[in-house]
Amino acid sequence: MLDKSQFTQHISRQFNEDLENVRQKVLAMGGLVEDQITKSLQALENLDGDLSKEVIETDKKVNSHEVTIDEECTRILAKRQPAAGDLRLVVAIIKTITDLERVGDEAEKIARMASHIGLSMDNVMPSKKHFSAVMHLGEHVKSMLHEALDAFARMDVELALQVAQRETTADKEYNAIARHLITYMMEDPRSISSVLDVMWSARALERIGDHARNICEYVIYLVQGKDVRHLSLEEMEVMTHADNADK
Amino acid sequence: MTAEAQIGLEQNDKAGGFNPEVVAGEKIALEVENLNLFYGEKQALHNINLQIPDKKVTAFIGPSGCGKSTLLRCFNRMNDLVDIARVEGAIRLNGSNMYAPGVNVADLRRNVGMVFQKPNPFPKSIYENVAYGLRLQGINKRSLLDEVVEWALKGAALWDEVKDRLNDNALGMSGGQQQRLVIARAIAVQPEVLLLDEPASALDPISTLKIEELIHELKNDYTIVIVTHNMQQAARVSDYTAFMYMGDMVEFDKTDTIFTNPGQKKTEDYITGRYG
Repeated sequence: MLDKSQFTQHISRQFNEDLENVRQKVLAMGGLVEDQITKSLQALENLDGDLSKEVIETDKKVNSHEVTIDEECTRILAKRQPAAGDLRLVVAIIKTITDLERVGDEAEKIARMASHIGLSMDNVMPSKKHFSAVMHLGEHVKSMLHEALDAFARMDVELALQVAQRETTADKEYNAIARHLITYMMEDPRSISSVLDVMWSARALERIGDHARNICEYVIYLVQGKDVRHLSLEEMEVMTHADNADK
Repeated sequence: MTAEAQIGLEQNDKAGGFNPEVVAGEKIALEVENLNLFYGEKQALHNINLQIPDKKVTAFIGPSGCGKSTLLRCFNRMNDLVDIARVEGAIRLNGSNMYAPGVNVADLRRNVGMVFQKPNPFPKSIYENVAYGLRLQGINKRSLLDEVVEWALKGAALWDEVKDRLNDNALGMSGGQQQRLVIARAIAVQPEVLLLDEPASALDPISTLKIEELIHELKNDYTIVIVTHNMQQAARVSDYTAFMYMGDMVEFDKTDTIFTNPGQKKTEDYITGRYG
């Protein structure tokens, strides 16, 4: 059985360093993106305009991480022509950072909503209850992303599966929030503008859950070489645990 | 690495060696059965079982001394020329065992052509090099020879480069051209199988690509078995790949599988450059 130390056992030490380096950069990018989610949620909860600005500004950093890592991967592909596990690592990284960048965009969106709600104080505000439901969803998807990155770092298929399964909860929470907000808007149409912002924020969080699940799918591809995208959770579990001989 | 690293890339648990399911649906050209080969006391091939699909390219890869060239040379009984080599088991070409008593080795080698690492044209004209095999068969009719020489040189993607100097000495050609000439010489006698032993390792990158392109075209008409140290070349040109190690056939599978998700750790280690 191979483990992630496998990526440090090439005859070419330079290749080891290249792969390890790019892996670390992905994790660093992941850390930054997690941070962005945390701050955007804080900005939303406190309608903190300054923090919103910071998040919007930092998204540029996230984007430049994506560009750098992409370049690095292209260079590795061109110079090393990786095969098997190495190839899957590079492919998984290229796909993972696309999702991470999008998570970054979602965090930026939430920050924009937060500053928007903050600015339109004359509107009728959504209730505390709605905010706390959104915060709850936020914490949920944030921990999903955290564990997805953990699964990537440890190359842990079981953890990846567990995280993917938690996406259903995120979807349910989002649907519940949407239902509540719609009722609220119907009761008081003056609230529509600000409530829609909250709704879009919840939507952004739900998307972050989807991206976290995608990353888990790449982890399973990386470790087992199996493509589990576009499968139901049950199918995914069966395939992951299936005897590798009949892949 | 930390203890966390215990969870990692999993390898398929399927047994190594040859699994006939891999070539299910293919017509089989060469079938190797329980092949053992000894150089004196030393056993160089251990109980090899393998089926090579018809009109496909099969690559043998593995570190130096793993037995891949030895196995390749079994396919036209080149090991007969090594005094201390002893072969047990059977290799069937279209069903008949080439190691059975009474097999005409010259006929066998006409059916199973071979090209080596270093181009080895005869010190003759380009024309005579290609016509050589036919002349050996007693064919001397000029019109027929002309036809076959042109056909073979075209088949080896060399015709346009040499058609105006067919009577020049072959040794005046570039290495890449010489190698394609040797391939033309091999296909002039219309073999069923072409064995290529490191056909491009002595060539520059452009000539190498031309040979690879040629292999791609030749597989429409011939079964090709290629030994190569260049793994990317194996990945590029072959349909099936066999990984050999210390005289054993460790893994045989579709090339796409071998290079993206091999079943054996040894294969993974080798193709990703982890063999010390």
